[in-house]
Amino acid sequence: MSTVEMTIPRAAVVPPAGVNRLFAAGAADLASHLARFGPAPLGIAPGQLLGELEASGLDGRGGAGFATWRKLVAARTSAGPTAYSAPVVIANGAEGEPMSAKDEILLRHAPHLVLDGLLLAAAVTGAREVHLYSGPVQLASVRRAIAERTDARGVILDEAPDYFVSGEASAVVSAIETGLAIPRDRRVRLAVSGLGGRPTVVSNVETLAHVALVARFGAAWFRSVGTDDSPGTRLLTISGDGVDRKVIEATGGLPLAEALGAVGLDTSRLRAVLVGGYHGAWVPASDLWVRLSSRDLEPYGARPGAGILVALGDQHCGLAASVGIARYLAGQSARQCGPCVNGLPAMAEVLARVAAGGGSARLPDEVRRLAGVVTGRGACRHPDGTARFVLSTLEVFEADVRAHLAGYCEVTRS
Amino acid sequence: MAEAFWALGRATGVVSLVLFTVTVLLGILTRSGRPALGLPRFAVTLVHRNVSLLATVLVIIHVASLLADPYAQLRLVDVVVPFLGTMKPFWLGLGTFAFDLVLALVITGLLRHRIGQPAFRFVHWFSYAMWPVAVLHTLGDGSDVGKSWLVLLLVLCVGSVLVSLAWRASATFVEYQHTRFEEARR
Amino acid sequence: MTRQSLHIDWTACDGRGLCTELLGPLLVRDEWGYPRAAGYGSDVPIPSSFVAEARDAVALCPRLALTLQEVRAPARS
Ligand code: HEM
Ligand code: SF4
Ligand code: SF4
Repeated sequence: MSTVEMTIPRAAVVPPAGVNRLFAAGAADLASHLARFGPAPLGIAPGQLLGELEASGLDGRGGAGFATWRKLVAARTSAGPTAYSAPVVIANGAEGEPMSAKDEILLRHAPHLVLDGLLLAAAVTGAREVHLYSGPVQLASVRRAIAERTDARGVILDEAPDYFVSGEASAVVSAIETGLAIPRDRRVRLAVSGLGGRPTVVSNVETLAHVALVARFGAAWFRSVGTDDSPGTRLLTISGDGVDRKVIEATGGLPLAEALGAVGLDTSRLRAVLVGGYHGAWVPASDLWVRLSSRDLEPYGARPGAGILVALGDQHCGLAASVGIARYLAGQSARQCGPCVNGLPAMAEVLARVAAGGGSARLPDEVRRLAGVVTGRGACRHPDGTARFVLSTLEVFEADVRAHLAGYCEVTRS
Repeated sequence: MAEAFWALGRATGVVSLVLFTVTVLLGILTRSGRPALGLPRFAVTLVHRNVSLLATVLVIIHVASLLADPYAQLRLVDVVVPFLGTMKPFWLGLGTFAFDLVLALVITGLLRHRIGQPAFRFVHWFSYAMWPVAVLHTLGDGSDVGKSWLVLLLVLCVGSVLVSLAWRASATFVEYQHTRFEEARR
Repeated sequence: MTRQSLHIDWTACDGRGLCTELLGPLLVRDEWGYPRAAGYGSDVPIPSSFVAEARDAVALCPRLALTLQEVRAPARS
């Protein structure tokens, strides 16, 4: 333990009140971190921490939203007795999603909280190997943080390339194992057999930062803000209509309109909001009262996911914007799996023909058919996410689809 | 008696060359992923495998009978280590080399599920080395090379393989290639 | 009760269509030649009447893209 830690009296630590939690330390250095949060309770009994995590309802913040404690329990129970079968914990800070910036901001401004969470996850699972995987800029900040403390020397830093699927869990494992960040086929879960065949937890860095807070202040504190089905706070990256990827920490279950308003967006001038990033779904501007919780977003096919909101101003055509995204996603296929390599470009091009206008009335059904063809047929969920996005486009912009097919675009008036 | 071994050796040698030629043709057909000769795709693979096994059995008889033939002056080491032979060491060595490759191809072929696709594919590329080496061995060592039936047979074998190789390299080789994007092969 | 499920490794499959011959109509080819089971993605439940064919497909797939796994009922869809 460093000398700074010794001089902090435990009693001085007051749990952060309100929504400013993850960045409450105010600065990235260890002294500020310890002054605000106190040392990480690395000696906490695994059962106690797992219990608190379960009670907290903390979900994964990388996109899939899987309950954090379940992942840790799975790796812990799959652990074998030897170093070759001991679990591995990987903090995932690779944001392949171009509309997300929250993990980068978090690693740059609160690296110690992420490291605390990583060490706690390692302690709880009995991991003997600990990694942090992210882009080079973020790694520089983490490296500085590690140099400030003695307990994180063992964390292995791995650089993530910058493309859409590089943060997918099996791609993370491949990247560390082989240097190639491409998803791989999985017959057993990573929690059972991942890096080098060992039980592996790949956890988003924001999730780990919350773990560090729950370990200190408990589940009840965590749930003191947010809603029942979206407890605590979550980081959001909001962009569109003049705003470029602003990161805020918001209470769970915040209505979309409030989140957008918080970064200064005029919600009366929006057409729709893309929730969950490019693998997410559109919510029309008429429904901005919807809360950022799995329950509220389910009818739209969206999830709070990695907290990405992209607003589409009402001067833009939703179909034209969606075609751009669908084409981008088709281009981001790792080109391994036939249905993904072939199906995504085909789907994007039929959508483009819908948007181009004047085409056959059967085109939307062809898009839906292709979405059905690709769904579930890849080594990763890229085809599923892309199909979900495209289906949501057809649904939410249904009126535009009809207008375009009739040869008219409401937005461009052509 | 020695005559009989020699005759057996020649006959099995020529027949196994023909069978290996058929194996290569069927291998290419398998790779193209098309049904052929009224057989479904899975049967083409099976025939490819079985013909190669039959050819291997014949080549083993070929080697064994020549070992037994005193005129061939073949020693056991010549069966596995190429270019040590006393008679025409170069041409005999080619035969030994082809034999080694056949063993490697068959063993890895049968253990495909055990060794995994990359290792299997790597070794299997050597089938394109094994076959011409076997042809050269026949040309250099074959007692019947002057005879017109063997010349005709060799021309047919070489011709058919060259034609299939041209097809193998063409743009329409793989079924569905026209509708597909190329996957990145790593 | 266990039942069998056929796993398709899409990173290995090259759409050669052997499995669709052996396991039709359970598996059909999509427009690019890759195997597809109605309603399923990478894991296809195999009814007991098809297990022998599924074993053959696993053995014969030229790219070793198939594996037969036992899943404990109820199988996930
Ligand atoms: C037990 C024995 C064998 C088995 C199970 C076997 C199996 C296979 C399989 C599954 C393929 C298709 C590979 C793919 O589609 O990627 C193939 C291709 C091929 N095989 Fe064999 N094989 C055997 C023996 C041989 C032998 C002895 C030869 C040499 C004469 C041979 C020559 C070929 C050739 C030339 C190809 C086409 C390769 C290409 O162009 O990609 N095989 N074999
Ligand atoms: S599904 Fe697509 S993106 Fe995912 S691994 Fe396969 S080819 Fe790559
Ligand atoms: S046999 Fe193998 S390579 Fe061919 S389509 Fe089926 S899974 Fe794909």
